Amino acid sequence: MALIKQKNVDVVVVGCGVSGSILCMELAAAGLRVVNLERGRMIDGMREFSSPHAFDEFKYERHSDIFQNLSRETVTFRNSSSDAALPMREMGSFKLGEVVGGTALHWGTHSRRFLPWDFESLSKTIERYGPDALPQDCSMQDWGITYEELEPYYDQFEHLYGVGGKAGNLNGEIRPGGNPFEGARSREYPNPPAPMTYAGSIFAEATRKFGYTPHVNPVASMTESYVNPYRLMLGKCMRGGFCSSHGCANGAKANPLTAVMPVLSKHKNYELRPLCNVIRINLDSSGKCATGVNYIDARGREVEQPADLVILASYTFNNTRLLLLSGIGKPYDPIANTGVIGKNYSYQTGGKVTLFFEDKVFNPFMGGGARGVSIDDFNGDNFDHSGLGFVGGAYVAVSSSGAPPIKNTPVPPGTPGWGLEWKRAVSKYYNRNFSIRVTGGCQSHRGNYLDLDPTYKDANGLPLLRMTFDWTENERRMSSWISEKALDIAREIGASKLSASPTRGHYSIVPYQSTHNVGGVIMGADSMTSAVNKYLQSWDVSNLFVVGGSAFPQNSANPPTNTIGALACWVADAIKDQYLRRPGPLV
Amino acid sequence: MSVVPCYRYLTEAEVRFLNAAVERLIPSDESGAGAKEANVAYFIDQQLAGSWGVHGRCYRQGPWREGKPQQGYQSRLTPQEIYREAIREIDQHCTGRHGKVFAHLGADLQDEIIRELEAGTFEFQSIPSSLFFELLIRNTQEGFFSDPMYGGNKDKVGWRLIGFPGVPASNYDDHIDERNIPYRVEPVSILDIKNGSVELDSQGYPKHVLLKS
Ligand SMILES: Cc1cc2nc3c(=O)[nH]c(=O)nc-3n(C[C@H](O)[C@H](O)[C@H](O)COP(=O)(O)OP(=O)(O)OC[C@H]3O[C@@H](n4cnc5c(N)ncnc54)[C@H](O)[C@@H]3O)c2cc1C
Ligand code: SF4
Repeated sequence: MALIKQKNVDVVVVGCGVSGSILCMELAAAGLRVVNLERGRMIDGMREFSSPHAFDEFKYERHSDIFQNLSRETVTFRNSSSDAALPMREMGSFKLGEVVGGTALHWGTHSRRFLPWDFESLSKTIERYGPDALPQDCSMQDWGITYEELEPYYDQFEHLYGVGGKAGNLNGEIRPGGNPFEGARSREYPNPPAPMTYAGSIFAEATRKFGYTPHVNPVASMTESYVNPYRLMLGKCMRGGFCSSHGCANGAKANPLTAVMPVLSKHKNYELRPLCNVIRINLDSSGKCATGVNYIDARGREVEQPADLVILASYTFNNTRLLLLSGIGKPYDPIANTGVIGKNYSYQTGGKVTLFFEDKVFNPFMGGGARGVSIDDFNGDNFDHSGLGFVGGAYVAVSSSGAPPIKNTPVPPGTPGWGLEWKRAVSKYYNRNFSIRVTGGCQSHRGNYLDLDPTYKDANGLPLLRMTFDWTENERRMSSWISEKALDIAREIGASKLSASPTRGHYSIVPYQSTHNVGGVIMGADSMTSAVNKYLQSWDVSNLFVVGGSAFPQNSANPPTNTIGALACWVADAIKDQYLRRPGPLV
Repeated sequence: MSVVPCYRYLTEAEVRFLNAAVERLIPSDESGAGAKEANVAYFIDQQLAGSWGVHGRCYRQGPWREGKPQQGYQSRLTPQEIYREAIREIDQHCTGRHGKVFAHLGADLQDEIIRELEAGTFEFQSIPSSLFFELLIRNTQEGFFSDPMYGGNKDKVGWRLIGFPGVPASNYDDHIDERNIPYRVEPVSILDIKNGSVELDSQGYPKHVLLKS
């Protein structure tokens, strides 16, 4: 029973991250009264991320309070349903945000679009290779939306976040220097590409010898100072090397705090309530209409916030968990293969080849903003998969995103992990190495899913989310095959020593890999196999939209945020142009 | 201005143990000071005395099961308790076997014990075998490479060893395209800036002083 009941508003948005802030901004501007509930605290980025305090690797690598406080809430994890899930007690494989602005305050800003193939990977795979090409128990699905439909919203988001890059396909015309494999884009990037580093240019030269097509990574760290469509000014990136995982002292990293909040927080239709943890979506007696949400406020009181429209933008995990806690939609059951909520949890594979040199230095501490060079020749279905025994691919990249030393002291294979030999190797190779990364997609699989943990609870006594996830043979094969290509490139470059570590064995939640967790509330064209329709509207409760990477039916190799942002823009338009005129199911 | 390290959690015997152990993990040699001289033991003490020492931001509800390695840290004990317990047991073992605590053994014997800890063959009574080693090596590297304001990396020895400049200058763009030209500067820490010992430019970034090589 809620103790306090607030006045009804038009919209309540749960979460103030990338997607939440955009939806709040667009809907407030359209005249709706918006309340935004964010579990994290308020932050003044100008003060907190100022120089020199932003240049603190130890804090931002591990201990900053902008990351989720796991003492209150975490996820539990197991590789398969035959294991017992145990809580992630320390931050590991991913690094969630819990603050106004969300996870993207400390993101790395790499901003690739998904490939057109990614949205229709199931039907395109069957079309090209036949149904037998699908891995066993693979549950990949089409998205119910095409790249072409989403293109204007990619464009909108890239202009909002000031992405710097070079078009490779402008309205169907292939442009030199860009990524020829990208889907056609309607406009050039709003900012120029970042300059290449020495390591990036060596890589680019070598890939050209194989006939590959290197291009500079698109980044949402400003390559020039920039004024976005909300009239906010973002500073120029100075490549100080403390970037991913860190707040930015230059206001150069596009994120909710720099690109949206200064305008949004002043909007008369908008009210932000930090330190408010949403615990449930309320339904009316029909179970088909949301009446608002309940949350625990900063003083520990339970509060009901009634609203005509509810939008979840609380990252993959809580988007899924709040639906399960509220009894919305049918929970996924991997054994019966029924239900949808929690289905198709997915991630990304990260292999790499590290090159050690005797005679070259790279100054790896200069960089940041995901600066780097990639090839897309092995991404998606950009190459013939016949006979390879796997679906999907990886982009292969050298990223010069800084090298603070707690995390960036690789040593050649065979070096002991400590002692004099280790010390000498670190001293010699810190400045004389770089890695070629093989960042791969991850197809969804029947046994990989999210549900409520039967044992472990959060600080409010509610069940934690349970993750059941492992790499499948498809990902291992893909990663090892493409890592061989990366090794060929490395040999062409001619390092003195090489180490290769493709994705193999079991997924572990311990080392940091990426905060690219997706699925659980997947979109699709069919209410039997998806949780939300192409407008991210719940099939079951039509005044509920669930926005974020949770909607991806499987994961692309590419980083997710450009697509998450584009989907948020797309959903905002669907609500403004369609839903408000005729509330009810849009499909 | 030099501050005498004042330990908040560790006992003197534990400090002796840690000084000896971190010296084996990152020894001193002609290339520069090792972890002992970098005050890594003091860094670890400060961490143990702070919220991390009691896993303040970690999930700490039971039931407690050991789980698989891929499931990560599952000990019921906090880092404070693990350091205290592990050091006590290792010293007891050394005294029983060699008649001396770990800190007073020769380097070869110390290395042998560390190798047993690493391999998980050293049997503790109370904690999983490799847990202590994993914490120790991680904290040692953190203490060697983090900003000196945390108490380790004294005189920025960790950064000097590898040529890491610390707090960046604002003109990296002028150097970023350079091919194969080492950028060697006197490293700058947050502590240096707070001490006022480094000149800043108009944007508040340090002016790097190039080292002659
Ligand atoms: C170190 C790092 C590097 C990254 N680099 C890249 C990159 O280079 N490229 C890329 O594309 N992506 C990158 N990412 C991922 C990127 O940050 C996320 O994709 C993005 O932030 C997701 O946006 P979102 O709106 O879905 O969620 P978030 O930004 O996480 O926002 C969700 C918000 O909801 C709040 N919330 C959650 N539960 C509740 C609740 N119950 N009640 C109230 N509020 C709640 C959270 O506190 C949070 O503020 C990186 C992430 C990390 C951590
Ligand atoms: S590298 Fe650029 S975007 Fe990243 S923190 Fe530094 S200035 Fe900001």
